[in-house]
Amino acid sequence: MANSSLPDRIRRDFPILEREVHGKPLVYLDNAASAQKPLAVIEGQREYLSNYHANIHRGAHQLAQLATEAFEGGRRKLAEHIGAPHVEEVIFTAGSTDAINLVAQSWGRANLGEGDVVLVTRMEHHANIVPWQMVCEAVGAKVEPVNVHEDGTLDLVDFHAALDRYSPKMVAFVHASNTLGTVNPVAELCRAASDAGALTLVDGSQALPHMSIDVKAIGCDFYVATAHKAYGPTGIGFLWGRKAILEAMPPWRGGGEMIQSVSFEGTTYNTLPHKFEAGTPHISGGIAFGLAIDWVRGVGIEAIAAHERSLVSYAHNALETLKGVRIIGTAPEKVGVVSLVVDGIHPYDLGTLMDGQGVAVRTGHHCTEPLMTHLGLESGTLRMSFAAYTTPREIDVAAAALARALAMLR
Amino acid sequence: MAENHPLIEARQQEVIADFAVFDDWMDKYEHLIELGKDIPTIDGARKTDDHLIKGCQSRVWLAADSAADGHVHFTADSDAIITKGLVGLMVQVLSDAPAKAIAEANLHFLDAIGLHQHLSPTRSNGLASMVQQMRLYAAALAARQA
Repeated sequence: MANSSLPDRIRRDFPILEREVHGKPLVYLDNAASAQKPLAVIEGQREYLSNYHANIHRGAHQLAQLATEAFEGGRRKLAEHIGAPHVEEVIFTAGSTDAINLVAQSWGRANLGEGDVVLVTRMEHHANIVPWQMVCEAVGAKVEPVNVHEDGTLDLVDFHAALDRYSPKMVAFVHASNTLGTVNPVAELCRAASDAGALTLVDGSQALPHMSIDVKAIGCDFYVATAHKAYGPTGIGFLWGRKAILEAMPPWRGGGEMIQSVSFEGTTYNTLPHKFEAGTPHISGGIAFGLAIDWVRGVGIEAIAAHERSLVSYAHNALETLKGVRIIGTAPEKVGVVSLVVDGIHPYDLGTLMDGQGVAVRTGHHCTEPLMTHLGLESGTLRMSFAAYTTPREIDVAAAALARALAMLR
Repeated sequence: MAENHPLIEARQQEVIADFAVFDDWMDKYEHLIELGKDIPTIDGARKTDDHLIKGCQSRVWLAADSAADGHVHFTADSDAIITKGLVGLMVQVLSDAPAKAIAEANLHFLDAIGLHQHLSPTRSNGLASMVQQMRLYAAALAARQA
């Protein structure tokens, strides 16, 4: 049974939840697109900008030192949070998309060739498809998808068959689907892919806010995620990779920070993680990402996961009673994402009318067009997605808003 | 922007008057939905990819015909009913008017009825692209007439 004890404790950390939209109290159910920020993150960024802003990793002065310590502190917290064996294996990027592009352009260009295959799944976000297509097009390799069942689980038979059929060099897949909520058996997938001789990349964008992550237990070679879906700021995310693999990879972007010494006779590159962090990084973002991780750990990721699990089953029950509503994605293990369609009614109409009642949801294909096509949902779905602060009462309000929208449209 | 052609201005005032009775957000949308259900839509045979304006979320179809008197006749449709209502309003205001008047129209009525956000290019409903297409078609026709 879903209850409010966790949100009751933490909602006051999120000032935005107090506001109104169209004269109605905000019910924010678009957390899979981006989560709201706790005061610790907001104030931490302010504190840095007001008190100790300077460029990092150089500068002999006090502020440069304080800023460097705070930024590198963010990296340390992140490394610890995901169980990274070495802190320098955590590369700050602009987000998950940027991290996947880094691997595709650096590792991909050096290791993929004519006829090679990158295996992905049909439930991938465009960010885990298009970067691979771009590098594959350049080197004559191919991107092949693994099938997804009607209920939103991955077709494991097809997955194993594809490993045999293609002997892929890289296998890349989501930890949790942003559209369906499905949690993939990532450790099992990584083991099978490794046994088949492939490297693995796990897109953890929707996992980081919802569950504990241990890259060693998962057994992947690369793991990526973004801060803003996990209560942190936008414009920052990370790539974790195995040290030996990252060390062997050529730098992708050139510039300051990533070099050891520069001359016109030949430039040498910096060590990890700086080799992949050309230019001045998003310093306030790195600091605030660390604060977001602190916030999550303070609340307890297991408590958040348990709360969201109960919200999902509460939402399924509340929504299924509405006439014509069909839940898309009913995998046994889901993060806090509930997608639905109503036959004959466009999700955009429902989303617009729910917005009028103060309820923020996402409609459309959620950047997973191949998945929507595969499931025969050309207009996409309406998606409600939850966070630690979501209450069962908000789901009631959303269900009532949906019912009213349906009554208006029928 | 130049002053509107009297025909286009009068139609906009008509829409503004129609919407003036609604002060509640939801009432306004209810009216828009009714409009969407009632308006004459594009001929099924012309609801093809040639006439499709792909928005990110809702799809919009638009067909334009030039009449002998130099006016442009528009028909349009959408797969989302709210977009269809908005598309219908656009057609009501711009269709069967002189090409030059359409190309240069100052569409202030959406602002006046509080639905301007739907015309923002950040809204992925296809409406902004449709209006752009209507203007382009009319401008091309006006250039030929000149």
